[in-house]
Amino acid sequence: MADAVFSVSFAGPLVTVQDAGRPGNMRYGVSASGPMDRLAYDAANAALGNPQGSTAIEISLGGLMLQCKEGAVTLAITGGDFVVEHGTQKTSSWTVLTISKGERIAIRAGRAGSWAYLAFAGCVVSKDWLQSQATHSTSGFGGGAVQAGHSLTISDATICDDRLGEIVQPDFTSDGPIRIVTGPQDHHFSEGATERLVTETYQVTDAYDRMGMRLSGPLLELDGALSIPSEPIVRGSIQVSGDGVPTVLLADHQTTGGYPKIATVISCDTDRLAQFRAGQSLRFTSISSPQAIDDVRTFLTQKTQYLRDISVPRGSLAQRLMRENLIHGCVFD
Amino acid sequence: MEPQFKAIADHAVLVTFAKDVSEEAHNSVIALDNAIAADTPVGVIETVPALVNLLVSFDPIMTDHITIEEHIRKCLNGLKTKVITGVQRHIQVCYEASFAPDLGAVASATGLSKDAVINAHLAGDYHVLMYGFSPGYAYLSGVAEQIQVPRKPAPVRDVPAGSVIIAGPQCLITTLTMPTGWSIIGRSPNAIFTGDPTHPFLFDVGDNVTFERIDLATFESSNRKIDHG
Repeated sequence: MADAVFSVSFAGPLVTVQDAGRPGNMRYGVSASGPMDRLAYDAANAALGNPQGSTAIEISLGGLMLQCKEGAVTLAITGGDFVVEHGTQKTSSWTVLTISKGERIAIRAGRAGSWAYLAFAGCVVSKDWLQSQATHSTSGFGGGAVQAGHSLTISDATICDDRLGEIVQPDFTSDGPIRIVTGPQDHHFSEGATERLVTETYQVTDAYDRMGMRLSGPLLELDGALSIPSEPIVRGSIQVSGDGVPTVLLADHQTTGGYPKIATVISCDTDRLAQFRAGQSLRFTSISSPQAIDDVRTFLTQKTQYLRDISVPRGSLAQRLMRENLIHGCVFD
Repeated sequence: MEPQFKAIADHAVLVTFAKDVSEEAHNSVIALDNAIAADTPVGVIETVPALVNLLVSFDPIMTDHITIEEHIRKCLNGLKTKVITGVQRHIQVCYEASFAPDLGAVASATGLSKDAVINAHLAGDYHVLMYGFSPGYAYLSGVAEQIQVPRKPAPVRDVPAGSVIIAGPQCLITTLTMPTGWSIIGRSPNAIFTGDPTHPFLFDVGDNVTFERIDLATFESSNRKIDHG
């Protein structure tokens, strides 16, 4: 199989190479990194029949433009509601298409969402660090940022005609409030702070990157000027700085820190929250830790089934028309 | 204080041994970390030692907070904190003026000569407390009291990797070009990122560290060795 080679005509900030991440290195100060929206990233690989964890490109609101210089490859785009321009064709994300030598593709922010994923039927050639190509954005380790002027090579590039077209989007993600489990330092906050967090509305600010998302809204006062010994942080920790402003820590978070954490967002909602944009409002709801386990297990079971469903090739256009006709019993005039 | 357990979201348990930093609390953290490494329950992804607590993160499909907490309690019952002996690590430091822009400031703040600051730094008995801030940033305790200085009011940008920096009782060898508000008193040619996939970071939490003074020529030859693998 041949390589497909792209030149990067344009890339916004924070467009990075990502695989499933490098868990297991937090004790050395290294967060897991990996995609901000793990469901959308997994869906992009599944829609191409790629092994889970295959390396893909995470695209920020800044967008990405590529030109195919050599070869051809089928690719999948998922994530937020982004606009995809392929030659003269304009579609939205959650699509599979093939791009060939001489063609261009542009992926730009659309109506909603902060991150899109671009996966290829082939292997993204990229640097790795600690057995992972995921980019750790603050150090630049791993696959690294995708930047204008770079070239991007896909080895073993494949064309999969039987996978082209729209990808069915997940319908099992919650659209309710973001679920949190309070603690570990909720007891260090003034009376009413936890209550305020789950009853008031917060907004995403533009202080938002792969490390974390600062929120604006009612302040969460600490019970006195407090400093706790630096302790481990997780993806989803809601830490509150001395001025009462909450920040949700995300994929490239610091691994330890001394700000008190009022609550932690459950794992599946961390990814959903990552798709929010600056200015967007959100609400939190507090659940117990056993409930968090139940909710996440339900989500992961549905996710596994969904990924299995979308990984089945749909067949060639002729085969698909045939099947639709048979199923629906109608014939095109 | 009895160890306290906190459930973190759907995927971790935080065990806290004390409210304030102490050697005893940190020894308990390391002892529990070792005990879990020796007998790891199903579903545990990683453990993260810090100053007074240990994070145990797990896969929520395979286990849950209650099962993990039970296992930790079992480990705590048999915990021996007295036998903690980390590996002894030796780090070379070059205190050449161009590598130590803050040596003069530390000297004047502490009323010592530059050489006395260097000697006090070399005399310290350092211990790896935890990693944090950035990949490979290992916080060492043990800076001698007479050279403990507070952080600078504002961080300095683009401090080169390998810088040996101090603030209060802590010392750190930077691994990346990063800003820091700590005082820069030297540079080490010894890489914390070892490049060895089986042991990618030089220190483990709990290790002991001693510093050895080297001159510029030794620094440059050691640095060249690293550059050429």
